[in-house]
Amino acid sequence: MTKEQIKDKILEIIAQIMPDEDLSNLKGDIPIREQVELDSMDFLDIIMELRKRYGIEVPEDDYVHLATLDGSVVYLEPRMKNI
Amino acid sequence: MVAKKKPDEARIVITGVGLTAPNGNNLAEFRTSLLIGKSGIQKFSVRYMGEVLAGICHFDPLKYQKKKELRRGTRAGSIAIYCAQEAIADAKLDLARLDKSRIGVYLGITEHGTVETENEIYEIKQFDYDVKYWSHHHNPRVVANNPAGEVTLNLGITGPHYTLGAACAGGNIGLIQGLQMLLLNEVDLALGGGVSESIGSFGIFAGFKSEGALASYPDPEKACRPFDKDRNGVVVSEGGCIFVLERLSDALKKGANIYGEIVGYATNSDATDFIFPNEDRQVECMKLALNKADISPQDVDIINTHGTGTMEGDPVECQAIREVFGEHPHAYINNTKSFIGHAMGAAGALELAGNLPSFEDYLVHPTINLDHLDPKCPLTNLVINEPRRIDKVDYILNNSFGMLGINSVVIVKKFEK
Repeated sequence: MTKEQIKDKILEIIAQIMPDEDLSNLKGDIPIREQVELDSMDFLDIIMELRKRYGIEVPEDDYVHLATLDGSVVYLEPRMKNI
Repeated sequence: MVAKKKPDEARIVITGVGLTAPNGNNLAEFRTSLLIGKSGIQKFSVRYMGEVLAGICHFDPLKYQKKKELRRGTRAGSIAIYCAQEAIADAKLDLARLDKSRIGVYLGITEHGTVETENEIYEIKQFDYDVKYWSHHHNPRVVANNPAGEVTLNLGITGPHYTLGAACAGGNIGLIQGLQMLLLNEVDLALGGGVSESIGSFGIFAGFKSEGALASYPDPEKACRPFDKDRNGVVVSEGGCIFVLERLSDALKKGANIYGEIVGYATNSDATDFIFPNEDRQVECMKLALNKADISPQDVDIINTHGTGTMEGDPVECQAIREVFGEHPHAYINNTKSFIGHAMGAAGALELAGNLPSFEDYLVHPTINLDHLDPKCPLTNLVINEPRRIDKVDYILNNSFGMLGINSVVIVKKFEK
């Protein structure tokens, strides 16, 4: 997957978890939680979806890398480039 | 017999009704369906079992919840939120002007967590039962207080909330609990009733089938046939009904519309069997409720039966009613499950709600699908297939019984202004 494709997949997951939110103006460099109502259980949903869809395990210590959309792409790129 | 005069603070009245049933999403719709003979039973596909018959509610859950709340919560929670919101709207209450710490939510359930657990096991099956795929939402979904708790989250109610596990007596028990908490001055307003999401569980259907007590019939709408000699079991349904309960003194201050006063109630235990009912304990329960109401059997105008349509259960209740009311067989008797199936934890509350309009319109809704009365179920004044107009409706008695031998009876009196 390219970086752009990875970003789309992350947005797809967030849209599933937060079906009431308009994600069209989500900024890549600002923490997602500051832009939409995303709590810790929602965040765990993102982790679970990455596990279910792509077999990616994100250790708890790495959660910080998924705070922003851009950070998520950077973190996931080496893990998803061969998908 | 004249009831002893109680102070208004010790009299509990119903001032709002919110419900969803397979044949109506508010009291007016539900009542109309009960008077025109409209069933809510349809074919339904259940995991592992295929096609079964069920009562499915068609309310709009997005009326009061966001999509995210729906994804996170449970069907029972969603039903409870819809019913609670509708009841509050019906009572014309402005929650912003009420002390939300003095509102209690008391909901009867037959079971809870079965649906969610089955769903999770089904989900992890595709991952070879690796539990790292088990949802972090599981625990908040399956805790027994979930349906009542979701109501408090949705409405910002900070008073007590819990469910009451009472099998198929749950709806009555939720109502009774609300009444008792008002009498104890623990709360100033109670949301009491019952909910059920049981159609989401294959295990509920399969369990009844294994007992030989799951109804089947070519026409789904004729499948639930209490007292009919061709009945063959229970139709499982979902549903909910929540009442706004208040002390009469508070209701009068607000100028509330009063549906009726809960004057009698009782609950007891068979202590005899896991499944089969006990006629003597049902008799005792009805008599306890009559005593609590300080009335005699001849004062009761409508008896709403629990009758689920099983071969074993229906005759027991009929015999119990004959024993209590035998010398005064003027009370008109009906059954609501024949329309909507068995809404489990919601059944008692829904069935009471469907009869409350009789205080105003003097119509007794019938029991439908009764083509050949079982000789084992002879009841005087059973209202069969067509509604019946009667001259007087002062007291309605509502029976709800459940597995493990839990019995409940509620008596509501017409409120005279």
